[in-house]
Amino acid sequence: MATTSTDWPDRYYDIDQILEKPGPRTDPDFLAGDGVKEFLRTKAKILVIGAGGLGCEILANLALTGFKDIHVIDMDTIDISNLNRQFLFRPKDVGRPKAIVAAEFIMNRVPGVQVTPYYGKIQDKGDDYYLQFNLVICGLDSVEARRWMSATLVNLVDPENPESLKPLIDGGTEGFRGQARVILPTITSCYECSLDMLNKPTAFPICTIANTPRQPEHCIEWASVLEWPRIHGPDKKLDNDDPEHITWLYNLASARAKEFNIEGVTWSLTQGVVKNIIPAIASTNAIIAASCCNEAFKIATSSAAFLNNYFMLIGTDGVYSYTFEHEKRDDCPVCGGSSLDLPISSEMTVEQLIELLIERQDVQIKKPSLSSDSTQIYLQAPPDLEAATRPNLTKKVQDLVAAGGEITVTSRSLPFSLSLRISYT
Amino acid sequence: MIKIWSMKKNEDAAAKKKPKTSAAQIRVQKDLTELDLPSTMKTHFADPADLLNFTLTITPDEGMYKGGAFVFSFAINTNYPHDPPKVKCTQTIYHPNVDLEGNVCLNILREDWKPVLNLNSVMVGLQYLFLEPNPDDPLNKEAAAEMSRNRDQFISNVKASMRGQHLKGVQYANVLVR
Ligand SMILES: [Zn+2]
Repeated sequence: MATTSTDWPDRYYDIDQILEKPGPRTDPDFLAGDGVKEFLRTKAKILVIGAGGLGCEILANLALTGFKDIHVIDMDTIDISNLNRQFLFRPKDVGRPKAIVAAEFIMNRVPGVQVTPYYGKIQDKGDDYYLQFNLVICGLDSVEARRWMSATLVNLVDPENPESLKPLIDGGTEGFRGQARVILPTITSCYECSLDMLNKPTAFPICTIANTPRQPEHCIEWASVLEWPRIHGPDKKLDNDDPEHITWLYNLASARAKEFNIEGVTWSLTQGVVKNIIPAIASTNAIIAASCCNEAFKIATSSAAFLNNYFMLIGTDGVYSYTFEHEKRDDCPVCGGSSLDLPISSEMTVEQLIELLIERQDVQIKKPSLSSDSTQIYLQAPPDLEAATRPNLTKKVQDLVAAGGEITVTSRSLPFSLSLRISYT
Repeated sequence: MIKIWSMKKNEDAAAKKKPKTSAAQIRVQKDLTELDLPSTMKTHFADPADLLNFTLTITPDEGMYKGGAFVFSFAINTNYPHDPPKVKCTQTIYHPNVDLEGNVCLNILREDWKPVLNLNSVMVGLQYLFLEPNPDDPLNKEAAAEMSRNRDQFISNVKASMRGQHLKGVQYANVLVR
């Protein structure tokens, strides 16, 4: 593999202007000079999630800023429709995995950079994998994947190990809008904290799509939401990635549009509505990716104050941007709440544990419901679940939860949940 | 690298490792165990270990649907509460806001869903549909038209459908509480 020997004189002339001397407002911990350069170029290991519109930009920016050990995960293959903005890909690459093609392209184009691709899901990797990085940047379009990544990095934080806290930089775009944010897991607001701030995916009232369609989207939703399950039954699920399924919907939606004198149903609109695709604008991706990479650079080098913590770009009505500190929520299911080490007797029953939780001064939970990561231990409501879990009350906790295992407690008297780490005495 | 750990020490809430249970799973546990259901609504879990799939039976104690037991299936995905639960009526019923496939026209199940809403809000919303059917948001157009045109005829259609009779070529489910 290529090494640092590929560094030619003045390769980093511009970047070094920033790394060689502190400015008036650089972090007091900033150590100008060779130390920080060496950290950036030989030690820093950064993970990029997503090699799509944002990911291509992020990978290029990181490589050109001097990060040399970059890993990238993406589960998708290249589609012809990606080529207008995902500039690391060429027509010959269509059908190949994005992560692999992007890694090859960057390594060819920027000598000395090692990009390690993984073609698969983020969920395939465990804690040990994520622990090896200094920083993670997400350039994803899926809410679900971002929730998973944010929760995983929050859960990774181990009070005994400072290295377990991995800053997460999250970028996202929707048309002319976008945001970049810095998440310091367990310290600042996480992705889950801001879930209710997200734009909702467009959904039309079901009675409108059933009876009074006015837009081409209404006809497409009618075909996908109402007609597909009606005609195919509950077992044949609609596959958004199957062109034959999209064609079926398109034909039905077109006929309905004709009946209601609505124009504009096309095959690609059908695909777009069904997959909830929001048009991606290359330049919005470029702005957001650049912002993410600047933050990665600042965090990795301490050369300047980093974003605290949410940058919003709104380009739909002129150009407007706003930076603010999104606050951590006490009732956040991921980073809020608290946890407690609880040593209990190996003879203790579930019922006794519940009494303990109700009585203990520092906990005092009313009507606690308990589950482990694999089973419901005791649920207070609704009545049939209470009845189904009631036999567990007389069982020993030890028979349901291994030593070191965790119990999630929810209750109306808790902001969200409490996790108990159980050990036996 | 910035020294994040020192920022952490300034935080009074000391970090502790959290369990691997997903946020969606905990949120569903919280929603379910804090349900405050009137005696007219009951849940049923075919598999009590699976909190994401269950049915809700509504037995209205007033209004024109009194005497019936209406069963809805709930399917919650792992992106809850970003995504709303998927709710369908499992029987063929005569109702202006429920079609013959069991689709339900309830705004908070689609266009007005927000993560701050919960399963209790959805269940209360469903029950309300039986107390106050709304002919202005029709899914079963014929039922809605009948309700607007001739309320007495509509009520008699509701009663007949609940007994499992045929109406205009449709065989309705017998939903009477036995
Ligand atoms: Zn949070």
